[in-house]
Amino acid sequence: MNSLVEAFGAAWRLIAGFDDELAQVVGLSLQVSLTAVVIATLIGLPIGAMIAVERFRGRQTLIVLLNALMGLPPVVVGLVVYLLLSRAGPLGSLGILFTPTAMVIAQTVLITPIIAALSRQIIEDAWREYDEQLRSLGAQRLNAAMTLIWDTRFSLLTIVLAGFGRAAAEVGAVMIVGGNIAGVTRVMTTTIALETSKGDLPLALGLGIVLITLVIVLNALAAVIREMALRRYG
Amino acid sequence: MLPLELHELSFTVGNAAIIRGISARIEAGPRTVILGPNGAGKSVLMRLCHGLLKPSSGRIVWQGAKNGDERKHQAMVFQRPVMLRRSALANVMYGLKLAGKSRSQSELRAMDVLEVVGLAQHAERAARVLSGGEQQRLALARAWALGPDVLFLDEPTANLDPASTQDIENIINAIHASGTKIIMTTHNLGQARRLGDEILFISNGRLMEHTPIDRFFKQPVSTEAASFIKGEIPWQ
Ligand SMILES: Nc1ncnc2c1ncn2[C@@H]1O[C@H](COP(=O)(O)OP(=O)(O)OP(=O)(O)O)[C@@H](O)[C@H]1O
Ligand SMILES: [Mg+2]
Repeated sequence: MNSLVEAFGAAWRLIAGFDDELAQVVGLSLQVSLTAVVIATLIGLPIGAMIAVERFRGRQTLIVLLNALMGLPPVVVGLVVYLLLSRAGPLGSLGILFTPTAMVIAQTVLITPIIAALSRQIIEDAWREYDEQLRSLGAQRLNAAMTLIWDTRFSLLTIVLAGFGRAAAEVGAVMIVGGNIAGVTRVMTTTIALETSKGDLPLALGLGIVLITLVIVLNALAAVIREMALRRYG
Repeated sequence: MLPLELHELSFTVGNAAIIRGISARIEAGPRTVILGPNGAGKSVLMRLCHGLLKPSSGRIVWQGAKNGDERKHQAMVFQRPVMLRRSALANVMYGLKLAGKSRSQSELRAMDVLEVVGLAQHAERAARVLSGGEQQRLALARAWALGPDVLFLDEPTANLDPASTQDIENIINAIHASGTKIIMTTHNLGQARRLGDEILFISNGRLMEHTPIDRFFKQPVSTEAASFIKGEIPWQ
């Protein structure tokens, strides 16, 4: 019990003192996950919008598939990206395995389906409501899709935040493709896993506290944005 | 654009026949009021004419319209208008910009019509926080701003208080006077009398009569219309 209290104390000191190692790990985590979420949004949002407003063969199948991909296990994503990037793999010549770039790729693969599937849902709901009105006002498909994205921007932002939270909290994929190399590819989750097994509780706990705080802040932010948007725009 | 000709127009969803073989010729000029009980098919007929729904069978012919550009000359106020999540002014400007007007042209025109419908002081307010009646005026402003040859109005005063109803009826008359063809629905007989020049009476998806207003109220042909006028909507 005593050692636990001590560990907490030490963890707080690390956070409060902006410990170098801790700061570096947190920094890389944010950098990797933010980059991944930006790329995932740039890919996933147009896909979601397209599926929402277009009617084509196999659409329903695609939606089911996309929804299923939302539940992709991070370790499986890690494994697949590892196989692609490993020396013998098709993208092995890039030589990016065990670099932050590989981690960005893995997290992008992980959260793009989430952003695509959830934005499809939101934009399609809006589409049902807006469809006739927008056509009546003279909007073509592309205009309409842009209008829908703009009008649902606050709901879409909460999806992006959720994607970011999922990326930052994920451990399996970055562990496999990043290799958890000290000072190079260590992020919060992989460091927590490693330090815990090594018995260095203060750093693990310190990172755990930062991670949980981050998740809470993201969710609070999402709630505040929704609330504000609702009051401001109805 | 006009006359608008409907040839044996039908619309079915699954097994339900919603519009059943309506043929009519709607001329330029008179204000046309589509009248009928709830669920008769007035809104569906209007959406068919406006090109938002595809007929199951039959044809809609606009005079002299090239394929696809009919809707550019029309505008519609929906029974339940959808407001975009932006200001009242931006809602009116939206359609104008899509029609290729510049930003400044759009804004001038939009402010003009907002003034006319009495919403100028709310121009910067978010459209969705306006009251139901204000949204209905905004919808009218947004449609009218486009300067259509034909304006469809689906229950344009359904949510309005008597004073506002009076205002909107005056605006509709002004639009009519400016040369825009008015085609509107209502189930308010008083409004039909005040605004209508001719009546299309619809019941159960069928066109029961198409007559000038006086004749419709004095000597309706169908029993459905007669009982509707008397206020006895037939039990179905
Ligand atoms: N997409 C649809 N699918 C199934 N039924 C529909 C659809 N659209 C309309 N209907 C049905 O068609 C009938 C006519 O609807 P419509 O909205 O045209 O009535 P209306 O005459 O405008 O009535 P109200 O006076 O209440 O506005 C209704 O019974 C409605 O339930
Ligand atoms: Mg209706």
